[in-house]
Amino acid sequence: MAGPVTDPRGPGATTPTRRGTEAALLAFAVLITVVAQAIVDLTVTGSLRPEMATFSAWITVLWVVAHLVVRRWASYADPLLLPAVALLVGLGLTVIHRLDLASERAGEVAREDAPVQLVWATLGVTLFVAVLVVVRDHRTLSRFAYTLALLGIALLALPAVLPASISEVNGAKIWIRVAGFSIQPGEFAKICLVVFFAAYLVDKRDVLALASKKVAGLELPRGRDLGPVLLAWILSILVLVFERDLGSSLLLFGIFVVMLYVATERASWLFIGLALFAGGAMIAYQIFAHVQARVDTWLDPSAYYDGAGYQLMQSLFGLGTGGLFGAGLGGGRPDQVPVAKSDFIAAAVGEELGLFGLVAVIVVYLILVERGLRTSLVVRDAFGKLLAAGLAFAIAWQVFVVLGGVTGLLPLTGLTTPFLAYGGSSLVANFVLVALLVRISDAARRPATPHAPSMRLGDAPTEVVTP
Amino acid sequence: MNAPLRRVAISVLVLFTLLIVNVNIIQVVRSESLRGDNRNTRVLAETYDRERGSIIVDGNEVAMSVPTDGRLTYLRTYPQGPLYAPITGYHSLVYGNTYLEDVMDDVLSGEDDRLFVRRIADLFTGRDPAGGDVVLTLDPDVQAAAMAGLDGLTGAVVALDPATGAILGMASTPTYDPGLVAGHDPEAIRQNMEQITGSDPDPRVNRAIADNYPPGSLFKVITAAAALQEGYTPETVVPAVDLLTLPQTTQTLSNFNGSSCSSSQEQRLIDSLTISCNTAFAQLGIDLGEESIREMAEAFGLDDEGQEIPLDVAPSTIGEIESAAALGQTSIGQRDVRMTVLQAALVAATVANDGRQMRPYLIDEQRAPDLSVLESTDPEVLREPISAEIADQLTEMMVSVVARGSGRAARLPGMEVAGKTGTAQVREGVPDHNWFMGFAPADDPEIAVAVFVANGGSTGGDLSAPIARDVMAAYFEGQG
Repeated sequence: MAGPVTDPRGPGATTPTRRGTEAALLAFAVLITVVAQAIVDLTVTGSLRPEMATFSAWITVLWVVAHLVVRRWASYADPLLLPAVALLVGLGLTVIHRLDLASERAGEVAREDAPVQLVWATLGVTLFVAVLVVVRDHRTLSRFAYTLALLGIALLALPAVLPASISEVNGAKIWIRVAGFSIQPGEFAKICLVVFFAAYLVDKRDVLALASKKVAGLELPRGRDLGPVLLAWILSILVLVFERDLGSSLLLFGIFVVMLYVATERASWLFIGLALFAGGAMIAYQIFAHVQARVDTWLDPSAYYDGAGYQLMQSLFGLGTGGLFGAGLGGGRPDQVPVAKSDFIAAAVGEELGLFGLVAVIVVYLILVERGLRTSLVVRDAFGKLLAAGLAFAIAWQVFVVLGGVTGLLPLTGLTTPFLAYGGSSLVANFVLVALLVRISDAARRPATPHAPSMRLGDAPTEVVTP
Repeated sequence: MNAPLRRVAISVLVLFTLLIVNVNIIQVVRSESLRGDNRNTRVLAETYDRERGSIIVDGNEVAMSVPTDGRLTYLRTYPQGPLYAPITGYHSLVYGNTYLEDVMDDVLSGEDDRLFVRRIADLFTGRDPAGGDVVLTLDPDVQAAAMAGLDGLTGAVVALDPATGAILGMASTPTYDPGLVAGHDPEAIRQNMEQITGSDPDPRVNRAIADNYPPGSLFKVITAAAALQEGYTPETVVPAVDLLTLPQTTQTLSNFNGSSCSSSQEQRLIDSLTISCNTAFAQLGIDLGEESIREMAEAFGLDDEGQEIPLDVAPSTIGEIESAAALGQTSIGQRDVRMTVLQAALVAATVANDGRQMRPYLIDEQRAPDLSVLESTDPEVLREPISAEIADQLTEMMVSVVARGSGRAARLPGMEVAGKTGTAQVREGVPDHNWFMGFAPADDPEIAVAVFVANGGSTGGDLSAPIARDVMAAYFEGQG
């Protein structure tokens, strides 16, 4: 933020809405999507498929609608959030389409997944719109905090109590499969719980920040205030035990601890969280064979090549073969990695778009996350701050854990890559998440009370912000 | 709340930097090794779009690519899979390349530098790129007889043309069908491979070259060569006691089954070799001294590493010799002496070829896709460990082995066969290895053979000599 004139909050200056920037960036994202799809078709089949026109029109309409809704109902929203999402979703659709073509060439009679994903994206944008239209002020959400908490826990627990025939896929009991559709309710539970965490922590942060004694420079909380973090920890352990879902367990606990830290400004919570995590991880490693297997595979995937390590090794082979520039869209063999469309989509990106492509994707995620955190920094109300921080960190944490897993940095957890990977619930839920971020960012950038004359008359050098 | 928020933002930046650094390590630093990992089938899959060259024996393809309608354009097939598996190896989508498919990959895939101009031309003319052919020296009759002889046993056979070094047969059992892992269905390939590797010993190993074994009495030919070099003749009388106490030990060395070599406790060198007298050769080695034995062994090619035919050949070795006692055991092919089956065949072929050891080779010709010859192998003298005169004397002694001694089972009608048996102790409680090496006809050798049966539990004369006879008979029958 350079001079006073460009300062969006500067006195006397009208805050630019930056909707033009958003529109231009969205157009760029659409262009990349369409060109990438055309390259895939030309490389793999040698000609453009007739559906290309429909697809291009559809995806354009999708983002135009999203943009217009933001323009109308969240006109001061951060201009980078939506284009970043559009780019990731477009790239995801392209890679999924590319993998569809690969299985077609292999003669496998598989359902095409890209059109399904497009339908999910449409549903996602619909929910995005609904959230922006219905939730005019994010603060109203705090009123439903406990309802959302119940809903979140119910969603989280649902697959655990359902029979395995409906809820279990590849050992993880995290699904609801009805009439050909698979839903992972945990993705929605994540958002409900983040909203609840935000509301609850705003309420209780003064108490939770109270210190009892100081040990090695750390102000430790009082013993009785350990309740909430222990509850979150137990919830995570339950998820691990009953749903064998290492990823969600890690995700939820990480989000809660970080939000607790942000709310209380007490680093001691981070250390307590870390200690609990370490304890939980040790117990999980000792007790659960599947956790042990994951860790062993992570330490030396090559040794388990004929079994659990095959997928990761194929991912690494794909990434290594891709090298700096990649094999080009349609030029590699990303279908050699099992479940490349969902869990391992990043491997496909790295193989065909190379190091540059994969790093670009990581940077787009980084932009998304940092814009979310920036929103959190700027927004005035404590609930909004915590909610934005929680949502942004949720994306960051999930991306780190997933990409870390796919690239062998961390053990595999089975989380999906937000926006990029095939999977309806993940995509739709993340659209809701971004809608909330857009909503909060609108509140953050909107001139405090644009119609109040006192602000204009004040001509004050700085604005008074009450945290 | 802004201070911790800033810290969270920085932490996220650090986490993402970790991701980016890690991706850099994989895609840049480790790129080469991941790309080249033989389990990485991506590069291999690319080669399935191109017609891979054939491996040819006597005008027939033993490995060839045939077009299919599937996702991968060409399917690698091995029309006589198990018969040639020890030499061809496999070209597998899942498991990469082995043996000739691996060593000759450049020519077969068309990536060879000598095919560069043609590849460029293909680009412009739109001609489908193809790989070159590899023509082998093998004689199909010899190969079939060798495999048939080893049927049901674990072992290997190598047959050579002593005059050129061309490999006429190279069998190894148990064998397998490389076609089972050369398909296009990774799941089926994996299952088949599990079945192949599930049996013990591993059928994928070519036992003629990939491993070395104690040669036992075969080594006496080298000890005899050293003696002849030092002025002995086949008629020289050497001590041949019933029980030899090894120098500076209380350890004794006896003959096979504790039998006696000679009632007079001495005999002619030729008779010692004929009946494979252990005590005589142990004493002879000790009398000649380590230097003499070691020099002769090395002259025959032992302890020469990095042999290629062009398949990699495990080195043969005479081993450490720490004492006179060890020298005695070494002189009869025990202790730390190890030989590959190919090396045994080479020793026989060297004697057969007047003391000149020809470089062994498996590839007669490499051809471009248009059948023009890229390279053909010219016979080449590799070593000359003994004079023609000594070779003649050794031949005379080895003829005696087959005519009157331990190798009688290798006799062929209408011609003299020279040979030497070997029965090598492995260790207490494990059946002996059974060897035979020889050549025929003794006066004008056309084929040299070595037969090895791992843990046959019999004697070289009883188990291995008949196999050698059948292999040689098949050769002469084929020659008409």
